Amino acid sequence: MSIEALPADLAETAPAARKPSTWGIVVRNPSVIIGASIVIFLALIGLFAPLLGTIDPSEINPVFRNKKPGVERTIRADDGTERQFVHRFGTDTLGRDVYSRVVYGARVSLIIGITVAIISVSFGLVIGLVSGYIRWLDGIIMRFMDGLMSIPAILLAMGVVSLSRAGLVAVVVAIVIPDIPRVVRLVRAIVLSIREEPYVEAAITVGTPTPTLLVRHVLPNTIAPLIVQGTFICASAILIEAILSFLGIGIPPETPTWGNIMAEGRSLFRIYPHNIFYPGFCLAFAVLAINMLGDGLRDTLDPRFAKRV
Amino acid sequence: MNTAATSPVLAINGLSVSLPRGSDRTHAVSDITFSVAPGEILCVVGESGSGKSVTAQAVMGLLARELAADKGEILLEGENVLEATHARLRDLRGTRMAMIFQEPMTALNPVMTVGGQIAEVLEIHTDLSEVDRRQRVLQIMRHVHLPEPERLIDVYPHQISGGQRQRIMIAAALVLDPALLIADEPTTALDVTTQAQILKLIRELQERRGTGVLFITHDFGVVAEVAHRVVVMQSGKVVEIGSREEILRRPQSDYTRMLISSVPSLKPPARTPRTGTVALATEQLSKTYGGKGWLGRGRVVRAAESVDITVRRGETVGIVGESGSGKSTVARCIARLIEPTSGAIRIGNVDVAHLPERSLRPHRRHVQIVFQDPYRSLNPRRTVGASIIEGPVNFGLATADAVNRARRLMALVGLSPDALDRYPHQFSGGQRQRVAIARALAMEPQLLIADEPVSALDVSVQAQVLKLLDDVRQRFELAVLFITHDLRVAAQVCDRIAVMQRGVVVEQGPTAELFAAPKHEYTRALFEAAPGRHAGFGAAAAA
Repeated sequence: MSIEALPADLAETAPAARKPSTWGIVVRNPSVIIGASIVIFLALIGLFAPLLGTIDPSEINPVFRNKKPGVERTIRADDGTERQFVHRFGTDTLGRDVYSRVVYGARVSLIIGITVAIISVSFGLVIGLVSGYIRWLDGIIMRFMDGLMSIPAILLAMGVVSLSRAGLVAVVVAIVIPDIPRVVRLVRAIVLSIREEPYVEAAITVGTPTPTLLVRHVLPNTIAPLIVQGTFICASAILIEAILSFLGIGIPPETPTWGNIMAEGRSLFRIYPHNIFYPGFCLAFAVLAINMLGDGLRDTLDPRFAKRV
Repeated sequence: MNTAATSPVLAINGLSVSLPRGSDRTHAVSDITFSVAPGEILCVVGESGSGKSVTAQAVMGLLARELAADKGEILLEGENVLEATHARLRDLRGTRMAMIFQEPMTALNPVMTVGGQIAEVLEIHTDLSEVDRRQRVLQIMRHVHLPEPERLIDVYPHQISGGQRQRIMIAAALVLDPALLIADEPTTALDVTTQAQILKLIRELQERRGTGVLFITHDFGVVAEVAHRVVVMQSGKVVEIGSREEILRRPQSDYTRMLISSVPSLKPPARTPRTGTVALATEQLSKTYGGKGWLGRGRVVRAAESVDITVRRGETVGIVGESGSGKSTVARCIARLIEPTSGAIRIGNVDVAHLPERSLRPHRRHVQIVFQDPYRSLNPRRTVGASIIEGPVNFGLATADAVNRARRLMALVGLSPDALDRYPHQFSGGQRQRVAIARALAMEPQLLIADEPVSALDVSVQAQVLKLLDDVRQRFELAVLFITHDLRVAAQVCDRIAVMQRGVVVEQGPTAELFAAPKHEYTRALFEAAPGRHAGFGAAAAA
């Protein structure tokens, strides 16, 4: 056979220069860099909380109630030595150190944000794949998801928390449930468009079993949008946790979370605004950073928003 | 026509447009020179990447921001548009030059009535009152032969057919009587019968109004229908300029000769009837969509109705039809990508029409399909090797053996076996289609369905892929079901042809008989509409 590709045919070959690695684009995006730096910074603060000049965040000291930021106090350790301690952010109505509570609060907030994102994305991914690919299940699943979405998220979370004992697990579950339908819708929409692609049909005609087909040909297309969606879920989960704690139905009040600290400070916030200001600032800062990260990832990973080069 | 005496509407002198750094060449077009006289249709013909569309965009001042016209001049009635300000360009567009595009659906605003879109041109460029504007719109709509202009003026683009949309585009382009009309592949997205009407319309309007037309196309059939003069472009350079007769009958450059000889002839070659065993037989195959709906009152669409098609080993049977004729539905039913509503599909001795997926899987290997769009039929995230061995491995072949088979097949389809670990984006369209054929062959099928396998390819590449398909058919005694809208391709590759219209096979028979004496009126209409049918392309013309 003499089938030689003509020069014209070869000239059509896509030049290698046009495809820089996706990762290369991602790490050069300014929103990604700033957002990720702040998130990592907050994560490090949470991780090394005991080393950052904090004291026990739940230690109550009735003498030092409601002190403004900068007040000094002498702490006597068990072995009799004494040292000066500065309440940088002041103290709350029970005399607990607000600085220590805010620093430790980063732990709970980030843990909740990240676990909620991972769990809801994982569940949403599986349900979305099934719903998008197995047509007869689609109607049933999606009507159920529509039902879930029609209940206000906060109300649903309050219901779930009040059904069990308040605690980290209950709060995570309560935030995950209303988030799952959003992920399912996203994944289902992607699956519905990808399943029409000729390469998926080609895989069907060469006898690829459905689970393999889904994992091999459909799933990879959902990864980038899901990473983006995950960051937005993470940010909103941190906010919802703070709202639940503020309403007094989240994490028990002795555990420091940003929402709890604000709830404590609410009653006296006209006189002692620091109790609300510092955790509120951290909360806003964290959510902003995560959203920036998500925006940057969406610009670079999601082809619908990608700038044309 | 006396073109020498009058000054040209459009003169392009030594135009070069540079491409951004990192592209595969430095210039999109380099040093091109040609002119369009009043009342002349100049066809710019070339394959993808030849720079023909960039030329049109440069004239309209619509070049993408990264592209810069850095040399030469474009004179529209003597005025250099490359030096015109944005405001001046806006004035010129619509009044002195206008453009129509390939895809009339996307070029029209879906939330504006079609009349409103024509009137918009008048609103921007004239002081006519609303009543006068409406009169002008109705008048131009009559000129482009739209039926019932009084009714159509107030409908939205989705309510009319593709051909009517293109007429609206033409009406909007010509309403202010521009001196130059640029038509960028205006009929490529249309069916062949519609295409014939639009070409006729463009010719008629251009003659009556004396408009100069810059007509961009890749199709030599269209060139033969409309062109007065022809510019052949390749990789951004003008290869040849001449009258239609000169270019089509006595092409001077090797490239033009190669292009013209690659156009399949409408004259089918003599063929001996195949007598191999029957590989595929459909009996009363039907596919109906909808029908149930809420309360059982949904609209029923009969995509395919009582289709009987038989393909023997070693035989190529074509299904020819326009868009919406149901030819792809039949192909997808046979490949069992969808389940037919009724009827039988016999592959060998088994009726696969209604087998559930589990028992269907063993039969899948016998029927393979090559898709139209080579850019979408290979998973962009997987190497072509992984795509080719996927099927054989599914059927229990060891990976090492499958890779060996893939290497042999790559050589067979004319690609280097070492290219197996490359990704699809590293191949050109024609090369990808070869990979897709290799993937199909890896399953050792009895029946190969080729669903418009060459309609996304350039004409020179098209000829090579058709030859490859023919080679593998002989070599493996494949039964081939060839879906196409292109009569030229069908004439060359098919032993027998079934013509489909609105889900029904209206005529079926040996290719030579069908082409010599079409019985059904729709078949005759198709042949009538085939562009350039009197030009006699193909190997015969080149010899």
